[in-house]
Amino acid sequence: MQSRGSNRWHGLRSPILLCVCCSTTAVADRVSPLSPTNIFAPASTPAKSILGLSLFVLAVTGAIFLVVFTLLLYSVVKFRKRKNDDGREPPQVYGSNQVELAWTVIPVLIVVALFMATARVIASVQKTARPENAIEVIAIGHQFWWEYRYPGLGVVTANELHVPVSDTNNPTPTLITLLSADTDHSFWVPRLAGKTDLIPNHPNSMWIDPHEIGVYLGQCAQYCGTQHAKMLLRVYVQSREDFDCWVQQQTLPSKGGGRASAGQHIFETTACISCHTVAGSAANGRFGPDLTHLMSRDTIAAGVATNTPEHLRQWIQNPDAIKPGSLMPAMQLSDQELDALTAYLETLH
Amino acid sequence: MSTESIPWPSATAGSRSFVDTLHEWVTTVDHKRLGLLYIAYALVFLLIGGIEAIVIRIQLIRPHNDFVSPQVFNRMFTMHGTTMIFFVVMPVLFGFANYLIPLMVGARDMAFPRLNAFSFWMTAFGGLVLYFSLIGANGLYGAGNAPDVGWFAYAPLTSQTFSLGHSTDFWTLALLVSGFGSVGTAINIIATIVCLRCPGMTLAKMPLFAWLNLVMAGLVILAVSPLTAAQIMLLVDRYLGGHFFDTQAGGSAVIWMHFFWIFGHPEVYVLVLPAFAFASEIIPVFSRKPIFGYPVMVGATVAIGFISMSVWAHHMFTVGMGAAANTFFVISTMAIAVPTGIKIFNWLATMWGGKLEFKTAMLFCVAFLFQFLVAGLTGVMLSAAPFNWQLGNSYFVVAHFHYVIVGAILFTLFGAFYYWFPKMSGKMYSETVGKLHFWLFFIGFHLTFDFMHIPGLLGMPRRIYTYEPGRGWDTWNLIVTIGVFFQAAGILVFLVNLLWSYYRGKPAGSDPWDAWTLEWSTNSPPPAYNFALIPTVESRRPLWDLKHPDDPDWKYE
Amino acid sequence: MSAPLNATALTLPAQELAWKPPSRGRVGIYALIAAESAIFTIFVVAYLFYIGKSLSGPMPREVLSPPIFYTVCLLSSSLTIHFATTTLRGGRVRSFAAWLLLTIALGAIFLYGTASEWHRLIYHDGLTVTTNLFGTTYFSLVGLHGFHVIVGLVCLCIVMALTLFGLVKQEYAERVEVLSLYWHFVDAVWIVVFTVVYVIGR
Repeated sequence: MQSRGSNRWHGLRSPILLCVCCSTTAVADRVSPLSPTNIFAPASTPAKSILGLSLFVLAVTGAIFLVVFTLLLYSVVKFRKRKNDDGREPPQVYGSNQVELAWTVIPVLIVVALFMATARVIASVQKTARPENAIEVIAIGHQFWWEYRYPGLGVVTANELHVPVSDTNNPTPTLITLLSADTDHSFWVPRLAGKTDLIPNHPNSMWIDPHEIGVYLGQCAQYCGTQHAKMLLRVYVQSREDFDCWVQQQTLPSKGGGRASAGQHIFETTACISCHTVAGSAANGRFGPDLTHLMSRDTIAAGVATNTPEHLRQWIQNPDAIKPGSLMPAMQLSDQELDALTAYLETLH
Repeated sequence: MSTESIPWPSATAGSRSFVDTLHEWVTTVDHKRLGLLYIAYALVFLLIGGIEAIVIRIQLIRPHNDFVSPQVFNRMFTMHGTTMIFFVVMPVLFGFANYLIPLMVGARDMAFPRLNAFSFWMTAFGGLVLYFSLIGANGLYGAGNAPDVGWFAYAPLTSQTFSLGHSTDFWTLALLVSGFGSVGTAINIIATIVCLRCPGMTLAKMPLFAWLNLVMAGLVILAVSPLTAAQIMLLVDRYLGGHFFDTQAGGSAVIWMHFFWIFGHPEVYVLVLPAFAFASEIIPVFSRKPIFGYPVMVGATVAIGFISMSVWAHHMFTVGMGAAANTFFVISTMAIAVPTGIKIFNWLATMWGGKLEFKTAMLFCVAFLFQFLVAGLTGVMLSAAPFNWQLGNSYFVVAHFHYVIVGAILFTLFGAFYYWFPKMSGKMYSETVGKLHFWLFFIGFHLTFDFMHIPGLLGMPRRIYTYEPGRGWDTWNLIVTIGVFFQAAGILVFLVNLLWSYYRGKPAGSDPWDAWTLEWSTNSPPPAYNFALIPTVESRRPLWDLKHPDDPDWKYE
Repeated sequence: MSAPLNATALTLPAQELAWKPPSRGRVGIYALIAAESAIFTIFVVAYLFYIGKSLSGPMPREVLSPPIFYTVCLLSSSLTIHFATTTLRGGRVRSFAAWLLLTIALGAIFLYGTASEWHRLIYHDGLTVTTNLFGTTYFSLVGLHGFHVIVGLVCLCIVMALTLFGLVKQEYAERVEVLSLYWHFVDAVWIVVFTVVYVIGR
């Protein structure tokens, strides 16, 4: 399937050029100083709307806190029993209707104000119409990795989501449909949007329109089993050109073979193909991540380890050493088989 | 006038064998004894749950720590939550309710003493079932493991597919069994308060403690049952091949969430209303004034009870319920903040213009006011659904609910211990050691739970056995863990004080605090029959009327 | 500090108490009924939610036929137990025993009806708990109700046995009435279950 991107890349399939254009994403990794997952550093409209509301709520609750806390502190100091107390009971006050009315009406008004502000933001985030040029992604949660499919673009990948940056004047948001293959998960990249759950048999959707190029971090936010903690999220927000270039590269089938044909043979004759897909080869399993363009990813095992040959080899040899409880079994291969297999995987750009 | 209770033949200490004493306690139907059994049971599980918390916090003290494996960690947080809610806080609150309600309403026992005993033993058995999982559940990982599905056990993680072995079943059965005990106690509380009040004590004249426990019991009846129903459905799925929560067969994972939180939200009010009850008794006595706005306090309590049944899905804002449902649950949740806030103002007004005595119980209650205020306000933040889309399922939520359960409930519970310990044991505790407990625990609580909000704001989700460095979470987690040790020290000091004072404390007398409700008219500890003559009351503070015959309350109420 | 109240002779008011508190048994059983209603509500909600959502298998319309006769039996047993308690209050124990026996018989007939319906569904129509969502929710809801009928019948049989031993007297009428409230509840639940399963759900 041809990419929707501009045709000037058509024909320029040299691997070197591909590597260059797709590595520009690594440059602009602007991290908020306090934390790369700080909810108060939004970079996308849903997160920004939420920030606006949250500042309002914080201001109101902060004011309430100051008033009540001051009264508490004052009463603790002013009304404490003095050392020279005369032993008589203080005036016994049973209540006051006016006071009760006052501190009922005022909170009700505050609640009304908070509610109106909240309802507005719910509507603006949940009910926005989808523009024509939105990128559509289907995210499928698995124990313990993320599957991404771009139906309009013919891309299938895992764990690292690529989206184009969105210009505020001419927005190109990304709409993400959220499904699950097993248990409940939750997609949470704080700087881009609030979290939305991935629940089997209950499709959800969310949208982001990142305004700044960079890599945004997050992780699964709904307990899904042993390795819930290591189901990390990486969202690569790229310029339109870089994104199109990435899409182009992702739609190419694997080249495979050549020097690494021994490894490919191992891959295709052991259980690997029952879980993994490598487009253009015999492997078309869906249980585990698509490996066609494994080398285009910075990390493996949903962000747990960097994508280096050593880590790859370790992972195949014994996943439990890196991510204990992950569903990939140790493949019981000999050292030569491991070397050959790793070499093959290294060709999957 | 003699103040000695008529000695029963078997009451002389040291003259009876251990077996006789054990038999007496095991077969007792006396509400005071059962109350003490509940409290002792809860204290044991407090220690166990506390150890689980310590394990969790040591594992999280730094990123990529390997103090425990992920499997063990996941069992730790599941067991910690389940233990603390069902086998610590609920039993201890039922224990205090059992002990105090008959005394406060002028009755000789609860309405159904044998049901009372049955309820206690069911609850106790439930706790044992839960912990038997450590040795009894064969899992994929070998012999014996505790449940690891989280205390709210979302489907389909709990199906046979994803939870192999029997660990989930132990969770289910333990709560099913103890749920019957909870409902039994609730029936007892309602029947006692409705039917056994002494002459003159109309509903408008009974202590707020009784009102709050009455509404709590109503909530238990209406809320624990949905959990029972959901547990039965889960068992049907796991053992009879049913499809209630089987998403492959068209079932819904979301419906488990609805059923669980229809229980889960009123449950937190079940936990907090008795805490309010303690505060409503202690604060007036140490302010030397009646509670401000008694009718409004009753009204607010009933309002909280009703509204709490309608807010459950604020635990599900991220599930994708649609804008209309989200909006509804925002307004219902914000609405419940109003009567809750009114209560805080009334407690403040009780203190206002009084003569405050900062005995240990009062210190805990003043801290409660401050902490419950903060907890309520973070609750308001969480009720704003879009804000919840960021804060939900993060450490902000963990900080919020611990602020309520520890900062509000446990603090008033400590207050209750110090306030009623003289009545229950007949001895005074050491005030100095009590204050040491307070300060240690206060410092530890704030170190842990104030700073716990921050990682939540910086994107740290809950229920993770480790976290990545470079996300800005490290320092905060370190501080949080350090606070835990102060809290542990405080609790040890507390237990030492209790034990030492029980054996060596000075005699307390029947009314060490110069208080006003009926339990202070009995001896300390009260005789088995509570009152030789059932009293008649004319106001909300019968002992005030006795002590101030020229200026009784009933003239002003 | 004045003497404790329990050692002070109190002057009780000369007039009678202003109100007579309700009996413990009644309050207790109403509270139990409230709790049980909450459990049934959840099962009913699950049933209603899953109507039409089964992916396969026999549908309600194909296999369910309203058990009118057995329903009449169960609802009549509410009437008979009402007569039973009335006669016991009136002191006529033999009459009470007869009405009680009739109640038990009607309840047992209802149970037989449920059992035969289940037998037909399982062996003839191939509908079990595992078949589909309809099977799961139907057997669970009707089964939960049937379980409560069994419990009620056991209690009624115990009372019957005590009556035959001559231990049930007029002064225990209140207790038997409390049990009858439970039985009325079981019947009321059946009205709801019947409506949901055989009317709405088909």
